[in-house]
Amino acid sequence: MAGKRRFKGGEIPTSSMADIAFLLLIFFLVTTTIDMDKGLGMVLPAEGEEIEISKKNILNCLINSTGNVLLGGEGVEIRNLSKTVRQKLVENDKLVISVKAHKAASYRDYVAVIDQLKRANATRISIAESN
Amino acid sequence: MKVKRKTQIDSEIPTASMPDIIFMLLIFFMVTTVLREYSGLPISLPKAKRIEKLKSKRHTSHIWVSKEGLISIEDKLYASDGVRHVMYEKRVSDPQLVISLKADERAKMGLISDIHTELRKADALKLNYSSKTAVD
Repeated sequence: MAGKRRFKGGEIPTSSMADIAFLLLIFFLVTTTIDMDKGLGMVLPAEGEEIEISKKNILNCLINSTGNVLLGGEGVEIRNLSKTVRQKLVENDKLVISVKAHKAASYRDYVAVIDQLKRANATRISIAESN
Repeated sequence: MKVKRKTQIDSEIPTASMPDIIFMLLIFFMVTTVLREYSGLPISLPKAKRIEKLKSKRHTSHIWVSKEGLISIEDKLYASDGVRHVMYEKRVSDPQLVISLKADERAKMGLISDIHTELRKADALKLNYSSKTAVD
C-alpha cells in the first residue's frame, strides 16, 4: 500500500551547476600548458650557393673536441666570446664569422658559441663543414 | 506624491543558461589546446640566452637527435641520409616550414653537421636550434 508522499520537490538544484562548470573550466585552463618552442634561429645557405668572401672579412671560429674555442688564431673562453667578437665587429662591420666544429665536438659547445655570437649581434654567421 | 507601480518589472539576469555558456567555453578550450602529438627521444636540451620563439606550431617540424646519435622524425628513426627525403616532402607541402632541431647537448657535431648538409639538400633552410633559457 502506498502512503501519501509528503515531499514532492524532486528537482536537481541547478544553481550550483555554473560553479561546477567554472571549476572544470579553471582546472583545464590551469593544467593545459601551451609549450612554446624556442631556440636559436638560423638560416642555412641554399645548396650550391657559395659566395666568395675576401679573406680579411672572415673570422674563423674553431671548436675542438674538448670544447676549446679558437677565434682567429687565438684561444678564447666561450664566456668571453661575445665581447671579443663585438670588438672585432666594431673594427670591421663586414665581418663574417665562420664557425667550424670538430666532428667530436659536443653540440652544447656549438650552441654556446652560436649564442655568444648572437649576443654580440653578429648577423653574418657561416657554418663551415667539419671534415 | 507617490505613484504606485502597476506592473512589477523583473530585473534579474537569467541564470538558467549560465552553465551552458560556461560549458561552451570549456569545450572551446578543450578543443583548441593541442596536446603534444608525439614525444620524440629522451634528450636534455642545451641552454642559450638569445633565444627566439617559433612563430607557429603548424609550420614547425621537429628532428630529434639523441646523445647516442639516433635521429627521429615523427616517431620514426632515420639514418642521417634518410632525413633528406622526409624533409623534402615536408618542404614541398609547406614552404614556410621551420625545422626545430631538438638535439641532446651531448650529441656530436659530426652528426649535426650531417643533418645540416641533408637539410640544405632538402632545401629546408630555416632551422631553429631548440634550447632552454639560460640563467646567468
